[in-house]
Amino acid sequence: MDINTTKLLKQGTIKMSKNLIELRNLTKRYNDMTAVDSINLTIKENEFVTLLGPSGCGKTTTLRMIGGFEDPDEGEILFEGKLLNNVPAYKRNVNTVFQRYALFTHMNVYENVAFGLRVKKVSNSEIDRRVKRMLKMVDLEGFEKRNVDSLSGGQQQRVAIARALVNEPKVLLLDEPLGALDLKLRKEMQIELLDMQRSVGITFIYVTHDQEEALTMSDTVVVMNKGVIQQIGTPQDIYNEPINRFVADFIGESNIIEGVMLEDYKVSFDGLVLDCVDKGFAPNEPVDIVIRPEDIRIVVNPDEGMIKGTVTSVVFKGVHYEMIIESDTREYLVQRTMMFPEGSVVGMNVQPADIQVMKRGDMPCSVEEEEE
Amino acid sequence: MMQKAIKRIYMSIVFLFLYAPIIVLIVFSFNKSKSRGQWGGFTFDWYIDLFKDRQIREALYFTILIAVISTLVSTIVGTIAALGISNMTKLGRTIVLNINSLPVLNPDIVTGVALMTLFISMRIELGFVTMLIAHIVFSIPYVILAVLPKLRQMNKHTAEAALDLGATPAYAMRKVIIPEIMPGIISGALIAFTLSIDDFVISFFTAGTSATNLSILIYSMAKRGVKPTINALSTLMFLVVLILMIIINKKNDKGEDIII
Repeated sequence: MDINTTKLLKQGTIKMSKNLIELRNLTKRYNDMTAVDSINLTIKENEFVTLLGPSGCGKTTTLRMIGGFEDPDEGEILFEGKLLNNVPAYKRNVNTVFQRYALFTHMNVYENVAFGLRVKKVSNSEIDRRVKRMLKMVDLEGFEKRNVDSLSGGQQQRVAIARALVNEPKVLLLDEPLGALDLKLRKEMQIELLDMQRSVGITFIYVTHDQEEALTMSDTVVVMNKGVIQQIGTPQDIYNEPINRFVADFIGESNIIEGVMLEDYKVSFDGLVLDCVDKGFAPNEPVDIVIRPEDIRIVVNPDEGMIKGTVTSVVFKGVHYEMIIESDTREYLVQRTMMFPEGSVVGMNVQPADIQVMKRGDMPCSVEEEEE
Repeated sequence: MMQKAIKRIYMSIVFLFLYAPIIVLIVFSFNKSKSRGQWGGFTFDWYIDLFKDRQIREALYFTILIAVISTLVSTIVGTIAALGISNMTKLGRTIVLNINSLPVLNPDIVTGVALMTLFISMRIELGFVTMLIAHIVFSIPYVILAVLPKLRQMNKHTAEAALDLGATPAYAMRKVIIPEIMPGIISGALIAFTLSIDDFVISFFTAGTSATNLSILIYSMAKRGVKPTINALSTLMFLVVLILMIIINKKNDKGEDIII
């Protein structure tokens, strides 16, 4: 049983779940640019999967292919084992919450939510029952007659979610749904979305460029860059054991150091030899080493540390102080709740478990965080 | 204070010059005396005469018929064109929009002569049909210009959202896209209707002898000497256009559009 399933079982949200969506060698090209490059991904029932990556990494294109708004050039999309490629968008049992919501401005809140049911010719009394229940769930009771333009961003967001969920889809696709909201509202909506997902028990596929959002909400995070999946794992996996330099750099802050793997459990850089928990590399293989800023401990006596350095900058960040400590060979980013004044000479220690060794990728690393 | 007063006076003079002719026209349409220089007391006679005149009734019929049909056709064609243009690439859109705005800027007389030449060279007899075609032709660019901003304002995912919720493309067009851009379509239709009622130059060259609209009639009546009925007829036309303009501008005030 993998960690992901264990976590879900603990939360009591699922029994052993089956595969709902499978992407096989899915590829999409625009002219000569490959937006999505032969990706493989399996999404289980009731899973909260986040596609995470910088602008232009192919996450939105992937979502749009699942939704039926882009045709894949190669590969297959399977839905409950059946090929979905040639099924038009309006016949797919998935619903989407679009970027900036795309609400129907000529309809009031009630009619927006009722739209999908009206299309399916559901009886009026049934529509009324389901729309009212959905509006109650998204906390918009009493807003039925309101014009969608008169609502705040957060309220429009909730109408968009209600409009999609009222159709009781098997999968809800969300394309940067919180991108237009301010920070505080975004945090609140994250919690609300997560609650909704747990209570309606459907699969969410969520696209974002915000790594914190991805870590907060997901069961599984899929990190993408340049159309290629870099790593699939639980938020903990992705954060603690990034598979390459790109993931380490994109998720959280980190010290990335080039080193050499001497033998199993022994890594070396800057003339130091450190114990670690990684194995399976070739002898003397060049590697990238990630040490998270919060994993570096500081000792006052420089001689008690593995690495000696001088504090060159101190910034107060609220929860902790962020310090740059310069050794003879490089700078380290360190986050500690205790402050060491600028100019003081200190020692730094790292636990073997906090050293993450990664294969040296030939991947060019560029991280730009911007909206698509 | 002083400055404000000067501003007001200046504005009043400008408006006086602009509207003096129309005010005189309206006043004299109620003048009992046939002379244009003398006030002979108030009367509605000329308005009553208007509706007794068979020629005028016929011209009114043609004017309204052409306005209604050309508005309908140009609104439909223009809206479809706008939908197509909004889905073009940036280069294509720029080219088509420039082609579209040429007839708008082109002098009416050139358009009129050009259409007349075309009809004659194709051996189509000038008359009701040619005038109708001409009105449709010159209205379409205005409808496109009225509908396009609405399409641009719409969220680019609106159509996809409808499909996503199970609507077929045709259903999405009928129930979502058209209603979303309806304010633009109505503006376009109102402009087309106003232009059609308004038009003299293009109508004059394309109408031939079998069909006459009001503006052509007024022109030919004026050549034979101005009768006070012309004043009454012109007043009525002015009022219709005025009302249409107020409706169009009211819509614009509500922030629904950015045209004219």
